[in-house]
Amino acid sequence: MEDYSKKVMDHFFNPRNVGEIEDADGIGEVGNPRCGDIMRMYIKVKENIITDIKFKTFGCGAAVATSSMVTEMVKGKNINEALEITNKQVAEALDGLPPVKMHCSNLAEAGIKAAIDDYYKKNGKGK
Amino acid sequence: MYMKELIYMDNSATTRISSEVLDSMMPYLTTGYGNPSSIYSIGRESRKAVENARELVAKALSCDTNEIYFTSGGSESDNWAIKGVAFANENKGKHIITTSIEHHAVLHTCKYLEKYGFEITYLPVKSNGIIDINDLKKAIRKDTILISIMYANNEIGSIQPIKEIGEIAKENNIYFHTDAVQAIGNIPINLKELNIDLLSLSAHKFHGPKGVGVLYIRKGVKISNMIHGGGQEKNMRAGTENVAGIVGLGKAIELATIDIEKKSKYLITLRERLIKGIMESIPDTILNGDPINRLPGNVNVCFKYIEGESILLLLDMKGICASSGSACTSGSLNPSHVLLAIGLPHEIAHGSLRLTLSEENTQEEIEYVLETLPPIIQNLRNMSPLINEK
Ligand code: FES
Repeated sequence: MEDYSKKVMDHFFNPRNVGEIEDADGIGEVGNPRCGDIMRMYIKVKENIITDIKFKTFGCGAAVATSSMVTEMVKGKNINEALEITNKQVAEALDGLPPVKMHCSNLAEAGIKAAIDDYYKKNGKGK
Repeated sequence: MYMKELIYMDNSATTRISSEVLDSMMPYLTTGYGNPSSIYSIGRESRKAVENARELVAKALSCDTNEIYFTSGGSESDNWAIKGVAFANENKGKHIITTSIEHHAVLHTCKYLEKYGFEITYLPVKSNGIIDINDLKKAIRKDTILISIMYANNEIGSIQPIKEIGEIAKENNIYFHTDAVQAIGNIPINLKELNIDLLSLSAHKFHGPKGVGVLYIRKGVKISNMIHGGGQEKNMRAGTENVAGIVGLGKAIELATIDIEKKSKYLITLRERLIKGIMESIPDTILNGDPINRLPGNVNVCFKYIEGESILLLLDMKGICASSGSACTSGSLNPSHVLLAIGLPHEIAHGSLRLTLSEENTQEEIEYVLETLPPIIQNLRNMSPLINEK
């Protein structure tokens, strides 16, 4: 099998921001149609800034690592910046993913978007 | 417990070559490089070595040396058996029966034959991974020319009723091929007592070298050549013999079949301890395959709510080598066809773990795995969105 980068391994073995936020302002759950994995993101938003974020992931090493990495990337960012993050950026931040694992990073991007969507819905704001 | 060495529990994938086997091969990788087809002395030495290995294989399987053909491994043997019988007998019919849990070397070969107008029946298996013999009887048609059913499954270890299948095949005058790649060296096989017409095996599954295997072809079976060229293997399989590999295979099968009952018993003891320990210490775990009719060294379980590749990475960090049928480990992103065939839903198949033992594994290693595994599973479950924190 193709190797994961050191960064992927680090985020897999020591994932950041694992868990749930009880009074989350937005929760996004996304599934990966290619292999059946699931990711759930919880965000806390204050004055348009993502002040806290947690995730839970049912998936492979790359799915866990990209979940972990994306939470680090968006924490403290404002919502518009967070929405701009792409799966490619997440993969690059991890020093790349094996080609067969690129699709796993879609979960991370989609998870953030879904959580922000949910936050908008709950707050009656349009996009 | 501190483990300095690798704990290798993926013996269905491949095994460690034994030192005795390696020693037997070395002369033919160094000074004994003669081509077995040459007439001078180092050529004749090589020929002798090949024929000696053939005798060892025939002895291990209780068949005639003329029925043993060396190949490049299990996949070639399967391809040859199925395509060779199909093309040589298509005047009699173009129907083949196999199962839905075969190795890809069989399944993809059958799929390939469909393009040439062959019709394939893929028998289902029961939830224990074993076929219903009545399904086989019902599937037989006038134009059935071949039944190809594996001896034992590589993933879940289920052992098929080979004797009965052989009898049915014989009654109906249909050739019977079995992929015995996982069975050889783990369970005793006596070809005199079984109506098997063709049997595939591969050396690296029983502490032999990679890249060499055997197709047993019962005397009188009509089969076409797959590899054309020189006159090796009695004009049936061309190509200069892999002398060192063949010698290694001979040594390995000899070692693997001496005392096989004792070895099986030992493996079953280890397996039962491992299964019991896992089932007792980890909730929401399913044992896949038949509890009794299974390969002595096969453990295959599903842990609900988590994914297999993650388990493998964490086990690897603890020095344990294992495998999984999870979609994420497959490369194709589909879960194992075997786990789906025994009726597991995708998300359950996702959390599969296979540990396959050999006689080199020890009781201490089993205990180490039983200490290491529960916290790993718990850790991953804590991260799973399928379990709600309370
Ligand atoms: S999440 Fe399934 S392959 Fe990565």
